[in-house]
Amino acid sequence: MSAPPATSRWGWAIIKKGNWAPAFAGATFLVVAATLAGAGVADGPVIKIERGEACVAPTDEMRRNHMRMLFHQRDRTMREGIRATRFSLKGCVDCHASAKTGSVLGEEGFCSSCHAYASVKIDCFECHTPMRQAGFTSRP
Amino acid sequence: MNPERRQLLGWSVAAAAGAALAPGLRLVELALARSPEEAASALQRWGLLIDVAKCADCDECVTACRDENGWTGLGRPATDAQWIRKVSLRDRATGHVQTLPLMCQHCEHPPCVDVCPTGASFRRADGIVLVDKHTCIGCRYCVMACPFGARSFIHEPVSGQKPDVPRGKGTVESCTLCVHRVDRGERPACVEACNRDGRKAMLFGDLNDSSSEIHRRVRTEPSTALRPDLALNPGVRYQHL
Repeated sequence: MSAPPATSRWGWAIIKKGNWAPAFAGATFLVVAATLAGAGVADGPVIKIERGEACVAPTDEMRRNHMRMLFHQRDRTMREGIRATRFSLKGCVDCHASAKTGSVLGEEGFCSSCHAYASVKIDCFECHTPMRQAGFTSRP
Repeated sequence: MNPERRQLLGWSVAAAAGAALAPGLRLVELALARSPEEAASALQRWGLLIDVAKCADCDECVTACRDENGWTGLGRPATDAQWIRKVSLRDRATGHVQTLPLMCQHCEHPPCVDVCPTGASFRRADGIVLVDKHTCIGCRYCVMACPFGARSFIHEPVSGQKPDVPRGKGTVESCTLCVHRVDRGERPACVEACNRDGRKAMLFGDLNDSSSEIHRRVRTEPSTALRPDLALNPGVRYQHL
């Protein structure tokens, strides 16, 4: 009977003896290496808010519920013609578009960077323009 | 000018006009104005009256619509969007040629709404027929159902949309009667252009408002709907056709 591959035999030998420490150290090393390699991803989204004193709701609420606000507003505007500005997508873009590109998309785009980080695909900007309109002044 | 400032100005102008005018008299703009918080109401029925006798061989309305709504063509006539187009009609017996702008007729009983499987094609309370692109699946039943050929399908990815006029691949679109302008108390871009640079053939207004010019004219002058045999009662009516 031929011998099993060296790595496999090593692994099994260690565990059979009940000595877990080298295996644990190996696993820790792998995790640390993976984290370092993926450091770019773990950095978090780019959140640069260029304009406006405060958002339409507290940050915590916005983080959790902005999609519901937009969804609600979307149907009211489209179906009933209610054009309240508080939760309008145009309003979001006007404050949150990057000063450099004028857009909420792109590498540093407020919408795209966070959704890329959270691995959420949005299709708002398949139809709506991601660009801020005229009249921009940067926040002091 | 930013929208808030424009709105504020609009309101103050409206308030000043209201104060200056005698009771019972209203400016057209004042009658059109609706607060942004207020839903469109069935008390209104937006419509167009197009005098074909005045309509010349220009295409100011088409150009204005394109600029306002951003549906610039890609040079592919078979698939390019057309929200409004100039149509020439020739009388076979006499050879008399007339030209008229043709767009969504904003029917009271729209066939496009009847056939839509998702409810994306709908008629707003004030009579404007729209496509809710959030629910449009691009099946194009409405394109086939419309007797006026008023609807287009977006075949290719779109960029550079106007902020008030979202457009995207895979959805159907048509004339919105410039709903974003109407909601601000303005006239549609085609009517604006026709009255500025054209021959004043187009009139926009509330068909239900007895003090509006369009109401007076459709009541006192002859006008016709396209395809009256279908009994769709369009909001767009034509004269001297």
